[in-house]
Amino acid sequence: MLDPTSPPDLSNASVDGASPPLPLELRGLVYETGGKRLIDNIDARIEERGITVIMGPNGAGKSVLLRLMHGLIPPSRGEILWAGRRADRELARRQAMVFQKPVLLRRSAAGNIWHALGLRGIDWSERPARVEEALRLAGLERLAAVPARTLSGGEQQRLCLVRALSLEPEILFLDEPTASLDPASTLLIERLLIKAQRQGIKVIVVTHDVGQARRLAQDVIFLHHGRVIEHGPAKVFFDQPRSEAGRAFIAGGLVL
Amino acid sequence: MPDLIEAFHTALRLIATLDPGLIEIVVLSLQVSLLAVILASLIGFPLGGALAVYRFPGRGAVTAILNALMGLPPVVAGLAIYLLLSNAGPLGVLQLLYTPTAMIAAQMLLVVPIVGALTRQYCEDLLEEYDEQLRSLGASPREVTATLLWDGRYRLLTAVLAGFGRAIAEVGAVMIVGGNIDHVTRTMTTAIALETSKGNIALALALGLVLLATAFAVNGALMGVRRFALRLAYA
Repeated sequence: MLDPTSPPDLSNASVDGASPPLPLELRGLVYETGGKRLIDNIDARIEERGITVIMGPNGAGKSVLLRLMHGLIPPSRGEILWAGRRADRELARRQAMVFQKPVLLRRSAAGNIWHALGLRGIDWSERPARVEEALRLAGLERLAAVPARTLSGGEQQRLCLVRALSLEPEILFLDEPTASLDPASTLLIERLLIKAQRQGIKVIVVTHDVGQARRLAQDVIFLHHGRVIEHGPAKVFFDQPRSEAGRAFIAGGLVL
Repeated sequence: MPDLIEAFHTALRLIATLDPGLIEIVVLSLQVSLLAVILASLIGFPLGGALAVYRFPGRGAVTAILNALMGLPPVVAGLAIYLLLSNAGPLGVLQLLYTPTAMIAAQMLLVVPIVGALTRQYCEDLLEEYDEQLRSLGASPREVTATLLWDGRYRLLTAVLAGFGRAIAEVGAVMIVGGNIDHVTRTMTTAIALETSKGNIALALALGLVLLATAFAVNGALMGVRRFALRLAYA
């Protein structure tokens, strides 16, 4: 569990000479908007191991926390450190994110991956192979030329995931990637995530699906009202949750 | 009434026999308006796209002005270009007044705000959907603008058609800067105005029918583009 089966691909030029960006440390993190405190003084340290699952009821601040970590929104207070270093453009390029609602461009399935590679500055000569590989990974080879937005919900989210993976990120964020998918589509996504993790990608996924968290997590952060209520190994959290809210959540009860 | 029916018959004969005088006017009108719309789009697309993406002081004012100029009266556009190109004007040395070039410039002035404002609106709608994803991918503002313009291509095409519909139908601007000179600057709209006042109803009617057919064609194209885009989920 601690050791990925294969190391991350270090041939990528953007990685050369860079220090590994983990652990991820959150220090006194606060996010306020419109007079509401959505993230309330979070301290956490996410290590370089396994899949980290961020759980919690609706409105706990899960998506906001993910966006803060990915740098899409700036914190009101506090710090986010990647291996002791503040996030910058170079670090951002080593990350990718999959959103709850698939965001696909008005282009073909292949065109979506191609464009993402272009935005990351991947050379033209390298793109066809990466596009092909990504489509194969998603099982969408035969739909390469189909307008992406006419794909089914499951296919769209798979495309978003392999588009993110085609960028060869070291950190992959996912915000409720299977929230509106059927079990078969969910399974395909989860398999891809486990595969990505085994290839050395740090996966941080937000979910409120306890079953999914049990299947994926090695590390659990349980959020409630913008605070970290519990953070630790998945086994510990699921077997002996320390908090009342955690117990209720795992039991499928209502957490207020 | 019999006069009118006869005029109608003459008009249809002019169209059916592709009367050279009629064709000359139709072709010049289409040339002027098409060129004006193409040039206006080359300005309007990047202008609208940039207004949707970049944040700068005065952005709201520029947007408001652009929106307001969508309703610019053609005679005012004509007057502005006239003042610019007249002998006393800053560009008077170019001697462009009463040439098709002047008419293209005047129609551009009408169409740039239409294409620009519609482009800005479309791009802003798209950006709402794409913003986080594109930022996550590390796109620069220039790359975001380019992405929005390409992804909005079908809707932008409808903006172009709207601009063309405006240009081909207006009379005030081309009348002022073109002068409705036979064989040189006579367009469908200015010819209709002149021939009607001269009592040459047949030619005016024939041109009116061509203009009407053009309007139908533009609208048909608009609907076709929309339907095509919807089918691909590109709308």
